[in-house]
Amino acid sequence: MKYSIPTEEFVTSGTVACQGCGAVLAMRYALKALGGDTVLTIPACCWSVIDGPFPYSSTLVPLFHTAFETAAAAASGIRNGFSIRGNDHTTVMAWAGDGGTVDIGIQALSGAVERDEDIIYVCYDNEAYMNTGIQRSGSTPWGAWTTTTPVRHFKKEEKKDMVEIMVAHGIRYTATACVSHAEDFVKKMQKAKQIRGTKYLQVFASCPPGWKMKSDDSIKALRLGVQTGIVALYEVENGVYKINYRPKEFKPVEEYLKLQGRFRHLKPEDVEHITRWRDRRWKLLEAKVAMTRELYGTDA
Amino acid sequence: MKKVITGNHAVSYGSMLARAEVVAAYPITPQTQIVEKISELCADGVMDAKFIKVESEHSAMAACIGASAAGARAFTATSAQGLALMDEMLHWASHARLPVVLANINRAMGPPWTIWTDQNDTISRRDTGWIQFYCESNQEVTDSVIQAFKVAEQVEMPAMLVLDSFYLSHTSEPVDLADIALVDEYLPKYQAKHDLDPAKGHPAYGALCNDEWYYELQIKMQRAMDRALDVIVKEDALFGEMFGRNYPVVEGYRADDAEYLVFVSSTVASTAKDAVDRARAEGIKAGSVKVRLLRPFPKPQIRAIVKGKKRLGVIDRNLSYGSEGAFYTEIKSCLYHEPQRPEIHGFIAGLGGRDVTVDTVFEMIKITANQSPKTDINWQGAKLA
Amino acid sequence: MPNKHYVPLKNIDDIPTMAKTLGTMLVNETGSWRNVRPIIRNEDCIKCGICWKYCPDMSITEDAEGFPVVDLTYCKGCGVCAAECPKDCIEMVEEVR
Repeated sequence: MKYSIPTEEFVTSGTVACQGCGAVLAMRYALKALGGDTVLTIPACCWSVIDGPFPYSSTLVPLFHTAFETAAAAASGIRNGFSIRGNDHTTVMAWAGDGGTVDIGIQALSGAVERDEDIIYVCYDNEAYMNTGIQRSGSTPWGAWTTTTPVRHFKKEEKKDMVEIMVAHGIRYTATACVSHAEDFVKKMQKAKQIRGTKYLQVFASCPPGWKMKSDDSIKALRLGVQTGIVALYEVENGVYKINYRPKEFKPVEEYLKLQGRFRHLKPEDVEHITRWRDRRWKLLEAKVAMTRELYGTDA
Repeated sequence: MKKVITGNHAVSYGSMLARAEVVAAYPITPQTQIVEKISELCADGVMDAKFIKVESEHSAMAACIGASAAGARAFTATSAQGLALMDEMLHWASHARLPVVLANINRAMGPPWTIWTDQNDTISRRDTGWIQFYCESNQEVTDSVIQAFKVAEQVEMPAMLVLDSFYLSHTSEPVDLADIALVDEYLPKYQAKHDLDPAKGHPAYGALCNDEWYYELQIKMQRAMDRALDVIVKEDALFGEMFGRNYPVVEGYRADDAEYLVFVSSTVASTAKDAVDRARAEGIKAGSVKVRLLRPFPKPQIRAIVKGKKRLGVIDRNLSYGSEGAFYTEIKSCLYHEPQRPEIHGFIAGLGGRDVTVDTVFEMIKITANQSPKTDINWQGAKLA
Repeated sequence: MPNKHYVPLKNIDDIPTMAKTLGTMLVNETGSWRNVRPIIRNEDCIKCGICWKYCPDMSITEDAEGFPVVDLTYCKGCGVCAAECPKDCIEMVEEVR
């Protein structure tokens, strides 16, 4: 069989994740990239449960469960604790959901990045507080149904752009990723591992129950997210933007939206709104690529 | 080596002598000099620690927890609002069975804003599973940092030492800084029983437990606290042998032949000694008892010291609203099953930094000696009329 | 019926001081979750590895000839492998119990 990503598994079967869970694949790929000399710290999120109840764990690396808002702070502590004892080789990874990153966890993350702690922070983004039953987060996109943005009051606020917030901190390396594009994610994780300082990756991870779609469509939805331009795959290293994948022509956003029940209520003008958002965002992204290349050169 | 230093610097030097390895702290008046001095000691190479300048107290405790879980000796310092902010993580540290040590400057809670002392910040945290030492002098503060680590690491429960804001934190007293080689003998390098080294395996810590085993884990915590009382006494005795100073968990002043005892803590313990002397001079057979430990509560020692006493008074520089002072509750409660139960006065004094003078304490001694208690709360030194 | 990954704990003396795990989730045989199961037609399989890559339960490995093999003890029947197979050689059929 052909293997496009490392073969060793660091997550066992038997997790309690839902059928088709994108978050499991995200962790699976991340650990394949990092290897066994890794320590995880996980705040409240789906993965607090997916890993398994005491006395069982599905990850084959040490894992420290921590409180909701503390992923980046706990990771900072673990990193410094290892370092003072002479261990600078173990990778310390904070692994959090979107809620624990862009909302309640944003302060600790901001502090850690500003201090340039030598950690990898991965936000697996399924666009809502899924573990507590699909409530809206700052990362929920415009137009989505959630239990706290019901159809009559669907979310009318734009998705918080966490990667751009990281860029504004002057972070050394930040990137978006998508579980459907496993090789790209693995490569970015391997790159992050080689960099000293704080690295932030946001990996788009599907959630069949939360997005109200069949589990079979889990990867297809993610791939369409990339093909419609809803998900932009790019990285920013030392302030220089680089787009990793730009389809020659974007598929219409409907193709992505119609697969998911959480968007079923949208009217044509709503779809237009999302299309406009996508176009605006790509224009800005491409402008940033050109501008940062010119300002900072390619010596990133 | 003797140095005349403030309570804050006594904490800093204590953390240096205890060889704290990771310090994660956030500034708050009146603790700031603690972290400033630690920064200085680290910069001068006198202290070999990683100082994480976190962006809030909640993150400070989270970082200490991470560092301790990774196997390093973790330390922080805070006060009032800061301690309140890290409350969630105080529970996390004790439930995770991590020997983090914290120094808290007792400062009254806002609003309204205040930077002066009372004990409500730490009294509010007595249910978190942290060992609590209440310190009377700067010498005791420095020595308590060392003892706190020694005890915490043995019983795998976190410990805090607390001291009064300004009366101790900013007041200079002579402190004998122990020889660090001797401290190393007393307090060897921390060896975690469970840590996060991938080479040792891949457990998860703190996984979902529900009602399967949660109860038993709490029983283990209580057992650790029970053990802690004995360990504290034992380690204090050893400290006394090695350094020539020790700090009984319950310490009487002219208590043996006293008929009336007032229970005090923190700097009021020093004031009380003068008040006791004045009382004695006026023919009142009074004594004072300093209570150093709130958690675990030293029940056997309290029961022992009140034997044969006619009446007791407890001076609380704190208040559990809707009930009474905390030390009052604890002392009354631990005497409930005793065959001999003297009457006990509950005095509240010094909230928000109101000065507790020798006169005030003397007044309380007189009341204890001459009257039966009529209420659980007797406000002393308040502008009531 | 607990499998070999089961960690028997009877009382307080069997557990560590804090909640520290002692075994892996292989104890949890999620194959029981299935309503449908994947059937792979080796004749059309090109051994591209995509089904292995996208399985969220790590239930696909390869056999001696390099063809994918599904571990039915854990396969949850999510259907991702069938949806992603570029040669359409995986079919989700109704699970029989």
